[in-house]
Amino acid sequence: MQKPLATTRSATGIPTSRLAVWWVLASEVVIFGGLLASYVMHRIGHPEWAAAASVTNTWIGAFNTLVLLTSSFTAVLAHQAAEHGDGKLAARYLTFTIGGAVTFLMVKAFEWTEEITHGYTITANGFWSFYYTAAGLHALHVIAGAIIMGFVARDAAKGRELHRVEIIGIYWHFVDVVWIFLFPLLYIAK
Amino acid sequence: MAHVATAEAHAEHDAHHHGPQGILKYIWSTDHKMIAMQYLFTGMFMGLIGGLMAYVFRMQLAFPGLPVPGFGLVSPGEYNALVTNHGTIMIFWVAMPVLIAAFGNFLIPLMIGADDMVFPRINRLSYQIFFISAVVILLSLVVEGGGFGGAWTAYPPLSAESQYNLTRLGASLWVLAVALEFVAFLLGGINFITTLMNSRAPGMKAYDIPLVCWMIVIASILFMLSVGPLIAGAVMLFFDQTLGTGFYDPTRGGDPILWQHLFWFFGHPEVYVVLLPAIGIVIEIVATFARKKLFGYKIMLFTAVATGVLSFFVWAHHQFIAGIDPRMANVFTVTTLLISVPIAELLFVIIATLYGGSIRLTTPMLWALAFVAEFLIGGVTGIFLGASGSDVYLHDTYFVLAHFHYTFFPIAIIGTFAAITFWFPKMFGRMMNETLGKIHFWGTIIPFNMIFIPLFVLGLGGQHRRIYNFQNFPELAAMQPIRVLATLSLVVMLLFQIPFFVNFVRSLRRGEKAGRNPWHSNTLEWTTESPPPHGNWPPDQMPVVYRGPYEYAHPDREEDYWPQNLPA
Amino acid sequence: METLLIQASSYAASIDGLILLVLVLTGFWFVLAEGVFFWLIWRFRAKPGIRSQYITGKEKHLKRWITIPHALVLVCDVFIIIGAVRVWYDVKQHLPQPDYTVRVIGQQWAWVFQHPGSDGDLDTADDIYTTDDLFVENDKTYHFQLTSRDVLHDFSVPVFRIKQDAIPGRTITGWFHPIRTGTHDIQCAEICGIGHGVMAGRIHVQSASEHAAWIAEHSPASAQ
Repeated sequence: MQKPLATTRSATGIPTSRLAVWWVLASEVVIFGGLLASYVMHRIGHPEWAAAASVTNTWIGAFNTLVLLTSSFTAVLAHQAAEHGDGKLAARYLTFTIGGAVTFLMVKAFEWTEEITHGYTITANGFWSFYYTAAGLHALHVIAGAIIMGFVARDAAKGRELHRVEIIGIYWHFVDVVWIFLFPLLYIAK
Repeated sequence: MAHVATAEAHAEHDAHHHGPQGILKYIWSTDHKMIAMQYLFTGMFMGLIGGLMAYVFRMQLAFPGLPVPGFGLVSPGEYNALVTNHGTIMIFWVAMPVLIAAFGNFLIPLMIGADDMVFPRINRLSYQIFFISAVVILLSLVVEGGGFGGAWTAYPPLSAESQYNLTRLGASLWVLAVALEFVAFLLGGINFITTLMNSRAPGMKAYDIPLVCWMIVIASILFMLSVGPLIAGAVMLFFDQTLGTGFYDPTRGGDPILWQHLFWFFGHPEVYVVLLPAIGIVIEIVATFARKKLFGYKIMLFTAVATGVLSFFVWAHHQFIAGIDPRMANVFTVTTLLISVPIAELLFVIIATLYGGSIRLTTPMLWALAFVAEFLIGGVTGIFLGASGSDVYLHDTYFVLAHFHYTFFPIAIIGTFAAITFWFPKMFGRMMNETLGKIHFWGTIIPFNMIFIPLFVLGLGGQHRRIYNFQNFPELAAMQPIRVLATLSLVVMLLFQIPFFVNFVRSLRRGEKAGRNPWHSNTLEWTTESPPPHGNWPPDQMPVVYRGPYEYAHPDREEDYWPQNLPA
Repeated sequence: METLLIQASSYAASIDGLILLVLVLTGFWFVLAEGVFFWLIWRFRAKPGIRSQYITGKEKHLKRWITIPHALVLVCDVFIIIGAVRVWYDVKQHLPQPDYTVRVIGQQWAWVFQHPGSDGDLDTADDIYTTDDLFVENDKTYHFQLTSRDVLHDFSVPVFRIKQDAIPGRTITGWFHPIRTGTHDIQCAEICGIGHGVMAGRIHVQSASEHAAWIAEHSPASAQ
């Protein structure tokens, strides 16, 4: 498929793909915003949920926060490399980021298995419903981001579509920021 | 002739190289015009289904307990499923796909002088997800237990627990279908916004963009910023239904009112999401057929933005009597009545544009003017409901029902017919028949008023919505002749859609050839062939813009129109 | 309004009055706008040889045609807001001292009413329970405590012009004051499942003596 002329224009001066990813993020912000606002309202109305919240393992959460922050950092390095036209290096950094995503998900899987086997399932009470829904929605974004990043890295390694490195990076920072909100709300507030 | 031949050869050449072949061409095309057609025809098909649903439940109301011709006896469960899905389908599978997706896809690239959307494949994906969502909602009607019957607002706990709604599968599929539809429109909306922002023809400044494009884009932004919480809410509802969580279950720490907030935080902006594109369509048509420059382009644009912003602060007027803090109602009464100011202004601008015009009452113009005349009724009756004191009585009565049909019918039906009759020559290269068009127009408008004016009376008489047989209520039973009148009017209106379909199909093949610019209009879509080829213009003849879209009867020019792309 | 449906509660007339106020104010705008609209269509219909005028709407004296109606709409809004808030305050926000309290419980698909018995107090042994029929005494102020056993319902008495959602897990208190005797419809105004259409109740507004007789007749045997 030949690229339409429309994609080559830039009346605002901002690259179209960057505009698009910002709009995607705007719509994501309100999705997570709605969910988290609902959670906070419920949490205020149910002080007894603190007992459930105290079961969550803050250290695991903190470790995962560190993993995601590091992966965001390598995404920045990938962007820098792409700016300099070094697709191979960008791809290598992106692979690090994907590694971070996989680590995050593995830790999460371990953590959830532990919790579920102790009876803290999604139906256990309101806190756990929000816990799994919010963290699950976030995990879906991590998975989607990691897959897309795989494709971007593959192209970047061949020196193609280097501008996409920046785009996926912006998205990844967003995934990171969502976790920065989830971590205190789900793990620290006890 | 030679020109036409080359154009066809050009189109063939394009198809050969750039797209799939045969029938696949229609399914896998990434051409914005083809996707627009897909949305248009899917939307019209769903509209037919929604209309026939109205026929069935109106017949039940007029002649309770008698078998409805073509359907049979209507059980209470079926009645609820019909009214629920009538509403859901008309809003999410008719108004949105036709007004925003179909005309947005068709018009935005053509009107801003681009050859396609900036993300053609995302555009195609958007339609495909939308198509799946349409299949899922239709499927939800025939699964075991029947379709979901908890009203289009789907208030929990009724919608959340199958022990209450008795439609376990139907309710879950309904939520799934609506959520998929949201995703489809988020994808489509990003495309509209970025295309308008970035891909305008050289020379086209922000205030040179035809207002209908602005309106569709503002609508897309409104949609994007309002639907998020409801997507989260829909996930919670879906988990309540399928996994057994208790987000909305008060016995387990949940809150049923939460859903209402999430729903109406989206639901009210949603009205403007479909209203603004319809207003945009009306503006284009009125300017063209009044041969007038629009009275105050910027007023219109900023008023639309103001409406959009205000619409985020009015949602709880749907919940005055829903158990929210009574003091909140005062706040929302104020915001709700404030929104009457920009809405009135939008209509005033259109009316003022008529002054000094040279008005031609073609079929599209009749539809556009009817939009203004009828929407005014919808607007003023909204005041009764936005004022908390009178809403105590009128809430959830037929007054509400008649009110929002006086807004949604002009938006979704009148706006759509205006747009179809106006852009048909551009879409298919042929003119529609004016006589059939006018028969269809009057045959739709007169019965429309005959359906809904009686329903205002029923509402003031205290008749509530979603009740399948009013004979159970002694005070309401006496008003039966009014119900029969409304139902018969509906049947007449549905029958008068036949001239439209005849006209549509006949004009496709035998209509008079339209030429490039049959209405002598200014905007860029009229500068290319009808129908436009793949890529809209030959690559070396992409338009350049020199002026705004509404320069009709400019004193410096002999003709009474001045296309945007003509050098001064 | 009165011709469509009688006014049987103390605040029915003020709600109808508000509806009338809105009708007059919006009706004025409606008739004016439609009048101007159709006049313009007729006045400026296409005539051969006459070209339309070039008006941008940017001139100050022209903008007035938008800004003045704009301000006037706002003024009308203020009147309506004041009226709405006053009526709302009376009906929903401010609860007068009750003479009696009844409990209204919505469930799929019937209304359960708990009346105070001869002692006039709720939740005592002589309470009278009925299904779908609510008995009240004329010219007394009643509080109702509204709740639901399952899904959302809505307690609506059109002749009283009162309406309130019933929410499971919450009790919402409202009030009414009947001003004339008679038997009227109670409708459920919030869809509540397949039986929503048959969830019809009746309210019986009785004179003091009728009501006393009814209480005496229906008081549970255990309490006598």
